[in-house]
Amino acid sequence: MERAAVDRVGGMIRLENVSKTFPGATRPAVDRLDLDVPDGTTCVLIGPSGCGKTTTMRIVNRLIEPSSGRIVVEGQDVTRADAVELRRRIGYVIQQVGLFPHMTIAQNVATVPQLLGWPGPRIASRVEEMLSLVGLEPAQFLDRYPRHLSGGQRQRVGVARALAADPPVMLMDEPFGAVDPIVRAGLQAELLGILRRLAKTVIFVTHDIDEAIRMGDLVAIMKDGRLVQCARPEALLSAPKDAFVADFVGADRALKRLTLTTAGEAAAPTSAGPGAPVVSAATSLRDVLSLLLACGADAAAVVGVSGTPVGAVSLATIRERAAARTS
Amino acid sequence: MLGDILAWLADHPGAFETAASRHLALSITALIAAMALALPLALVLVRWHHAAGSVIAAVNVLRTIPSLALLAAILPLLGTGFLPSVIALTLYGLPAILINTHTALREVDPDVVEAGLGQGMTPRQVMRRIRIPLGLPVIFAGIRTAAVQIVSAATLAAFIGGGGLGELITAGMGTLNIAELVLGGLAVAALAMATELFFAGLEWSVRRSTGLAA
Repeated sequence: MERAAVDRVGGMIRLENVSKTFPGATRPAVDRLDLDVPDGTTCVLIGPSGCGKTTTMRIVNRLIEPSSGRIVVEGQDVTRADAVELRRRIGYVIQQVGLFPHMTIAQNVATVPQLLGWPGPRIASRVEEMLSLVGLEPAQFLDRYPRHLSGGQRQRVGVARALAADPPVMLMDEPFGAVDPIVRAGLQAELLGILRRLAKTVIFVTHDIDEAIRMGDLVAIMKDGRLVQCARPEALLSAPKDAFVADFVGADRALKRLTLTTAGEAAAPTSAGPGAPVVSAATSLRDVLSLLLACGADAAAVVGVSGTPVGAVSLATIRERAAARTS
Repeated sequence: MLGDILAWLADHPGAFETAASRHLALSITALIAAMALALPLALVLVRWHHAAGSVIAAVNVLRTIPSLALLAAILPLLGTGFLPSVIALTLYGLPAILINTHTALREVDPDVVEAGLGQGMTPRQVMRRIRIPLGLPVIFAGIRTAAVQIVSAATLAAFIGGGGLGELITAGMGTLNIAELVLGGLAVAALAMATELFFAGLEWSVRRSTGLAA
């Protein structure tokens, strides 16, 4: 699976030596954190409960003020800038969504454009555009109230609301945490597509390592307020920095690495042999492995979107990929 | 009994109307005054929440004072008549409005408030666009409670020369005129119920218009 933009110097979001200690706390919630999120990438903050990931995210839009350090967004030092104006440039999505129950879906999505003083017609067309983007038919949803929607639909509205004013930066705090697992996978895929297309810079908080690997261009593992390792998913999975990270990503990290490559990407232009199972090019290598083990086969034939043969993936290839080290 | 009541009404033309309209005047004035004091104060207390604790505690003390005692306490300070009665009744109705309003505004779903702040609303915008609209049902309930409390307590204004339907009760007790006594009692009860129904209807229509009804 292709990963996003190349790193550039001076990312869209930078936290420089940021610390936060809450009054009466024995240790800092965030401890001298340095984070650099390049333009157009998604950085996932993950770690055990109390590691400071949500606090860190909320420092970016100053819902929590740092005790020390600098926050730089779009190249500007915003540590002491007008927080309200800053938040109108940053999309904000939380787990419980927080839709305004006394307003229609349309009014909810229009929130930031209204705060920014956009003209009425522009707001109206933008609201429709955003609802369509998140897969909600505008005519059907504009005038409904949040209580009429399912959890998944509400979170889609939450995302639409965050994107409405076209902010360059998005903060998302476990946006799919309150949604059931089946719906969640679909939402993750859709969101991934949207964020790629719009080239947003995102900080995404989760406690789910699989979600982190799926959604993140960069994954930052935190513990006790400190950043332990920040790397691309492949790097994190093949070279965890210490026992804590290795433990956190899971003992099955070799299998997790296999989810990062599709059959189409790994296929060799050979034949899998007669009677071989067939997989689509979009299948992850992990699922291919599972299938081969179940069938007792050594290779699978890979077909493209229209059924055209692409090649074959063998167990040997998979073994190679699972063991590969990043250079 | 009904016959006796009608006879009394015939013998005392205008007496009932005077008492009733005075009762309404006392109640309405006190309710408006209580709202004028309590509503802004509640808003202030939401912002300055460190002060809120002690102010609410002080107001709660007011709530424990029986209405008659409150009226009696006003007597040496302000004398008798309409104004002292209104003041006492205002103090009596104030706690319900203040406490309900403050609670309603503070206890709005914190996720909704957080979402509002996260989108870039100022605290004032959060108050105007989120807390107040969502708190309106509980605020209304507080006003409704205060209204009924005031209407009932206004009966006792008779004891400090404030007039009202209580006068029918006290006079009836004094002269052992049961018809007058019962008329006064029934009238106050009816007025209290009507007040309750009026505000309940208002609350229902407010809920409907803010889209919070099912």
